[in-house]
Amino acid sequence: MAITSSASPDGKQVTIFIQGRFDFSSHQDFRNAYERLNPTPSQYRVDLQGTSYLDSSALGMLLLLRDHAGGDQSNIQIVNCSQDVKKILAISNFEQLFEIY
Amino acid sequence: MNDQRQLKILVADDTDTDRLILETIVRKEGHTVISASDGRQAVDLFISESPDMVLLDALMPIMDGFESARLIKLHAGDKFIPILFLTSLTDNESLVKCLDAGGDDFLSKPYSRIVLQAKIKSFNRMREMNATVMVQRDEIAKNNARLLQEQMVAKHVFDNVAHSGCLNSKNIRYFLSSLAVFNGDMLLAAMRPNGNMIVLLGDFTGHGLPAAIGAMPVASTFYGMIPKGFSMTDVLKEINNKLKHILPVGIFCCATMLDINFRKKKLTVWNGGLPAGFLYRLADHSIHPIKSTHLPLGVLSSRAFKDNCEEYDLANGDRLYLWSDGIHEARNIQGDMFGEAKLIDVFAQNTDPEKLFDDIISNVQAFIGDSEKDDDISLFEIRMADPQDVNEYAYETSVKKEGSAIAWDLSFEVKPSSFKVFDPLPILINVIMEIPSLRPYNASLYTILAELYTNALEHGVLGLDSAMKKSPDGFSEYYELRNQRIQMISEGFVKIHISYCTEDINGRLVIRIEDSGPGFDYQKKLGASLSTSGYSGRGIALMERMCESVRYIGKGNIAEVVFVWANDD
Repeated sequence: MAITSSASPDGKQVTIFIQGRFDFSSHQDFRNAYERLNPTPSQYRVDLQGTSYLDSSALGMLLLLRDHAGGDQSNIQIVNCSQDVKKILAISNFEQLFEIY
Repeated sequence: MNDQRQLKILVADDTDTDRLILETIVRKEGHTVISASDGRQAVDLFISESPDMVLLDALMPIMDGFESARLIKLHAGDKFIPILFLTSLTDNESLVKCLDAGGDDFLSKPYSRIVLQAKIKSFNRMREMNATVMVQRDEIAKNNARLLQEQMVAKHVFDNVAHSGCLNSKNIRYFLSSLAVFNGDMLLAAMRPNGNMIVLLGDFTGHGLPAAIGAMPVASTFYGMIPKGFSMTDVLKEINNKLKHILPVGIFCCATMLDINFRKKKLTVWNGGLPAGFLYRLADHSIHPIKSTHLPLGVLSSRAFKDNCEEYDLANGDRLYLWSDGIHEARNIQGDMFGEAKLIDVFAQNTDPEKLFDDIISNVQAFIGDSEKDDDISLFEIRMADPQDVNEYAYETSVKKEGSAIAWDLSFEVKPSSFKVFDPLPILINVIMEIPSLRPYNASLYTILAELYTNALEHGVLGLDSAMKKSPDGFSEYYELRNQRIQMISEGFVKIHISYCTEDINGRLVIRIEDSGPGFDYQKKLGASLSTSGYSGRGIALMERMCESVRYIGKGNIAEVVFVWANDD
């Protein structure tokens, strides 16, 4: 798996791309992708285009990001989910917490 | 305009003095003169010299001015060569004759030199304007030819994408006329790995390029997902979602989608916005309309989208007809529409079901006659038949399915020395993915296996406690500890046992995972709701929602889940 991220020119939006399996092994990379950013972004996008699988630890990691980004005030989009990934996010009621596309 | 440009002017007069005067006037204006003393000579000189303008006397020997004007105009073709008659005739009849012969104007002798000069200038302006129009006309024709050529190439690509798949099956007939080069209608058909055929007839709002562009993502999604085994409703949802994102408001796709099971003679239909299709029953020659019960694709957000379908049991020889609104809205010369009543008539009058398809087409075409077509006309017919009468693929899968109670078991044990270097999940998922009917559940099965294995390893073998994951730092510490312990592991195991079996309708996968740990108090964990807070503790609840059943055996070190899927829907 590989985690990369890119910020918009003004730094207000950051997009995190997750390739392959999204599980505990990507934990440190995932955290590095959003922590210690300057300026602090106001919007986050998690791009799951290249994500084949995820497990419950990945769900935990998404919640870590959410709390880091301000909890209920956070603005996080999860984009390019495959049908299956979307299903798992839906089962976990994550539609209430994130904007999922 | 440069009406001062030097012109080549043909002057024809049989009277030497008149001609001399004329030549002098014209030459003084700076033009070149070619002279003829009779009509015949004028025509010959016109052909050999290609003058820009002709001044003709009406009455001349050998050939009069009228005849030579006619011949000159004939030779000039598209090119505008002004002919000005100079005549001593003054009666109306003769003057009209000048114009009828192809003359553009006349001047009665004796003429005013000023007026003659002004007319030459005026006709030259007209001649130049005409020349410009001709150049532009040729350019337009050239551009149009190029546009058509480009469209033909694009249409070739479009047809390969939008009208392909297994449309050549023996029990399918279809007709797609196109209003523009691109047809606003598309017809897709593909086989699922289980031998069912999926068909989609779509009609985009609009015609030509805008409609054709929308067809591309629909076709690629359709042909991408169907052979992988995704169900019709999964594909519908995905297409709807895609169109909703890419199409501008007001453009959408009316569509009917079919799933046909030739072995079990079942038809599943979803109709969003297309006119009711007809289900024709061979037994009693009845027709049953299959009405639209949904909004077209690309209108609703994925959350609001409804994918409930209607199901029908068919018999061999039953036929299903689908059409876009082109047939219903086909107009005759009086502007009346063909309409559904006439369609019902066609069915009522038919005596040979084999000819129904041709009857519909010929009736619609006879109705339209020579009037303009308003819309794309598309007609699709599929006949229920045994798999061998459909196509090779349907036959092959049906043979494989005969007595398809397949069962196998797989056991797998991860030993202490392997934990730190070996991840069994990719191997297991690869084995499972060899089974076509399980492919759509690829990600779900991965998640289930990952949950089971992670729990067995982390809590059972490594003795880690999820309670550590309460805070972001705890979350990290948990995985640091996991890493430390896995390096030092010297005893313990995780045993994985998978049994697979298919029955007539369903497939069952039983996954049992046993670890060497002390187990846990699972009673509290089972049946929990999925909370949206907390960084951990979702695994079991997630599995319970994805599996038929989840249970723990003994002291809790053995977990067993049963995953059930529709083997043949």
